Amino acid sequence: MLILAIYTGYAAIGLAMAMNLWRLATGPEKGDRILALDTLTVNAIALVLIYGLHIGSAYYFEAALLLALMGFVSTVALSKFLIGGDVIE
Amino acid sequence: MTGTLEILVAALILLGAAFILIGSLGLLRLNDVYSRLHAPTKATTLGIGAILIASMLNNARLGTFSVRELAITLFLMIAAPLTANLIAKTVVDGHNAKDTPER
Repeated sequence: MLILAIYTGYAAIGLAMAMNLWRLATGPEKGDRILALDTLTVNAIALVLIYGLHIGSAYYFEAALLLALMGFVSTVALSKFLIGGDVIE
Repeated sequence: MTGTLEILVAALILLGAAFILIGSLGLLRLNDVYSRLHAPTKATTLGIGAILIASMLNNARLGTFSVRELAITLFLMIAAPLTANLIAKTVVDGHNAKDTPER
């Protein structure tokens, strides 16, 4: 029962990441691509969390936390670079 | 034999995965960049929140007890408005720079 839900979760998040890749490839504006990268990071966090739940290891939560921090910092840096001006003021 | 806690964990995983799929589907199918900013925020908060509650309940089912997963949810809820504001500012600055005539 639980294993069926986990496999369905893998398939759904994989499909969501493929859709994000499509928006990253096409996507006529720069904001589209930044948003697609941020959403890819969030989907990767979800995938890592479900995998940690699947194999019963407690360390994958730390990997998800690191992904969240680095994803947020990279989105902020990319947005500030494209606005113009300084990335770090 | 499946207990109620296992069914609850499975239901929460399915709910979280469904929200993430809906968020990415909105990012793909909406037809304006300002509309596309709305969709992934639902995936971020509700989707990952549901999966994190499922992870906490699974830890409770197996005997260990941990509330560290709330840290990810708290951080994402703080960071999501900031990223949305900055991405919107990027788009608006791009549109304004195109509209102003060259000197």
